[in-house]
Amino acid sequence: MSRALRQRLFAAVFIPVISVASGFVVAGLAVVVTGSDPIAAFTALFQGAFTNPRAFPETLVAMIPYIFLGLAVALGFRAGLFNIGAEGQFYLGAIFGVLAGNSLHGVPGIVQIPLALAFGMLGGFIWAAVPGLLKARFGAHEVITTIMLNYIAFQLTDFLINKGPMSDKHSTAPRTPFIDPGAQLPIIISGTRLHLGLILALLAVPIVWFLVQRTTIGFRIRMVGFSQGAARAAGISVAWTLVITMGISGALAGLAGADEILGVSHYMPSSFSVGYGFDSIAVALLARSNPWAILPSAFLFGAMRNGAAFMQFQTQVSSDLISIVQAIVIMFVAAPVMVRWIFRLREVPVGGIQITQRETAGVTRET
Amino acid sequence: MDLTVEWGQVHALLGENGAGKSTLMNVVYGLVRADSGEIVFDGKAVRIGSPQDAIKLGIGMVHQHFMLIPPLTVAENIILGHEIATGPGVVDVRHAQQEVAVLSKKYGLEVDPAVKVQDLSVGIQQRVEILKALYRGARLLILDEPTAVLTPQEVRGLFDVIHALVKDGAAVIFITHKLAEVIEVADKITVMRRGKVVATTTPKESNQAELARLMVGRSVLLRVDKTEAKPGQVLLTLKDLTVQDDRHQVAVDNVSLEVRAGEILGIAGVEGNGQNELVEAIVGLRMPRAGQIKLGERDITHASTHSTLEAGLGFIPADRHRMGIVLELPVADNLVLSRFDRPPFARFIVRAFDAVREYAIKLIKTFDIRTEGPEQLAGSLSGGNQQKLVVAREIGTQPKVLLASQPTRGVDVGSIEFIHRRLVEERDNGMGVLLVSSELDEVLSLADRVAVVYRGRVVAVFDQKEADRDRIGLLMAGAA
Repeated sequence: MSRALRQRLFAAVFIPVISVASGFVVAGLAVVVTGSDPIAAFTALFQGAFTNPRAFPETLVAMIPYIFLGLAVALGFRAGLFNIGAEGQFYLGAIFGVLAGNSLHGVPGIVQIPLALAFGMLGGFIWAAVPGLLKARFGAHEVITTIMLNYIAFQLTDFLINKGPMSDKHSTAPRTPFIDPGAQLPIIISGTRLHLGLILALLAVPIVWFLVQRTTIGFRIRMVGFSQGAARAAGISVAWTLVITMGISGALAGLAGADEILGVSHYMPSSFSVGYGFDSIAVALLARSNPWAILPSAFLFGAMRNGAAFMQFQTQVSSDLISIVQAIVIMFVAAPVMVRWIFRLREVPVGGIQITQRETAGVTRET
Repeated sequence: MDLTVEWGQVHALLGENGAGKSTLMNVVYGLVRADSGEIVFDGKAVRIGSPQDAIKLGIGMVHQHFMLIPPLTVAENIILGHEIATGPGVVDVRHAQQEVAVLSKKYGLEVDPAVKVQDLSVGIQQRVEILKALYRGARLLILDEPTAVLTPQEVRGLFDVIHALVKDGAAVIFITHKLAEVIEVADKITVMRRGKVVATTTPKESNQAELARLMVGRSVLLRVDKTEAKPGQVLLTLKDLTVQDDRHQVAVDNVSLEVRAGEILGIAGVEGNGQNELVEAIVGLRMPRAGQIKLGERDITHASTHSTLEAGLGFIPADRHRMGIVLELPVADNLVLSRFDRPPFARFIVRAFDAVREYAIKLIKTFDIRTEGPEQLAGSLSGGNQQKLVVAREIGTQPKVLLASQPTRGVDVGSIEFIHRRLVEERDNGMGVLLVSSELDEVLSLADRVAVVYRGRVVAVFDQKEADRDRIGLLMAGAA
């Protein structure tokens, strides 16, 4: 095996696997410290995710937004952008999706569903393009602006559904009315909540991959991510590329939001997301921003999210345990040097693996 | 090389950029390890493995780029790493301020210790750097290009400080490439060229003209076979061009130049005399403040980089790694870096990899880029081959004018020859070439006309026939 190939394999497979395994070990230790049985907890987690009745389809349901959102964050990474705002863009996508899903009645789904999804994408696009513009025009860092816009999105949602213009007047709970039945995504396995969104998400992966690797837009995005200086010297507008990248990233996050409305909840409740957008940063990191790798990564996160509730119910171990696993995963993926140090791995690809996902680990740089 | 510095003296280290002055001093300061040889300090052989060692010995260095922390006060910056504590974790700020005040009075380095560094001018910041070194007990002070960032008045102040220091018995090593300053401030002068000492002299025994000759040297000329230029129509016109640098200082001052078809116009000058800003203004990476740039008949003064390249400019940037290539992308992608989005390299928005590959293979062959193939990452090529890649890409588009900035920097001799030959070939085919280089040899051997820049101005333009190396050396050093 050539050295380059070994390094690629190391970066793409070994580090993520070791990160996840270590995450579970540390989480297990935390369970021990709190006086519970880690084996029982993880068994319950596994049952809740896979073997209980209807557990597996539910894992897939939870995986759907993770795929869209993971792709969204990964795309940003490719241009060197850290889109922390996926959560807010997810909310905006949901709001726009509800709006569209509520506006037409008696029109067939073939019209309503694409329209509502497109609306969701528009919502996310707008919410992400704003930080993109701010960065391009004023150099405002996208981490700050997207976090701020997250809060605005949360408050906006609260306002809209809590006795606001979008609230359901017939309900005591703060939520929107149900969307038109015609706008709901069809269930693909009867008796479960698994909806057409899974197919859409699975389609989104090759589309994003194609966009990044095969189109001129993707080339622009990667060039800007690798070297803004070279991009400028080649006559590429870095500012516009950043705006477009943020916009597409946001559109994907918005699609996730609309899909969640159309496929699962069918209305917008007050506690809508519970962190899908934030988790997806870890999803993208674990996948090292590779669109294909988003699939296993999203699957893992979907399973953990789905199994956690059963684990808490069964063993009284808090479902927050999952956050420990996620935190360790992020630490490990973001700091491969640490992984090598802890596990005494000798072969160090010089040049490093960066969270912005370089094509290949270990590009040797001249000094 | 050998160098001896005595106490109570100002020792000037003179040489062009890249002559090895800074490297030598970094060895003395423990930032770079010497391959062989020894350092004797105060009569004892010493090993300096790190700046800590150097500081302990009493060696202080003021770098060209200051190493200060802007939001901290002068006193805090100076005592950093040597804090006096009144209690655990509590720094005695008042005591520090008093000490700093005493020091600054002693050497005439007036500065308010309670002011934040970010609020100080560059000249005062330099004082803080010097104070920092003195506070740490420096008796040998190394100043790396200290006047590069100063106004004439500030230079005067600096010289006073230097005199006060040596009068006190300290020694100062003054690194520079400015001749006038050397004559004025130094007690002893060492001239370096290409890593070697070429002369050691004193201001009394020498003069600016001689120093310039020593500095620029009479090294073996890189021979380039070329015929007489046959200049055609004007392709690139710079008219009264004024450009500011990032600090809003005038970097290019009222420059007017013309590049004709079939000629190479070389810009000679010590780096930092406005060449970068000039290049960036032409390419559209920096907006000029005044004047006009024309490519052929087209006004490109305010054109974007994209439309400038489109209008027929080829651009070889000085900084290969930061601007010339994308290290993480394959050779093939790098060869179409500015043309990836148009036919035949793309259809609508889908890239046509076959066309890119085919084109790359052709260029790799024509320009003799040593690579495993078009898929190899550009970052894993040798420096010379990376540069040939850039040259191939820029010549490959057959631009009207080629702007080549430091086209052979950090490149092996074989590649230098190849690149030089290609530039002359393109000239013969009617391209206009604007060559910017701080290597005087390169300019003299390639250019048909030589424009000398100093402090952003074109101080002279010579025909190649009448270009006299000593005279140009003098002009470059500002000793007109």
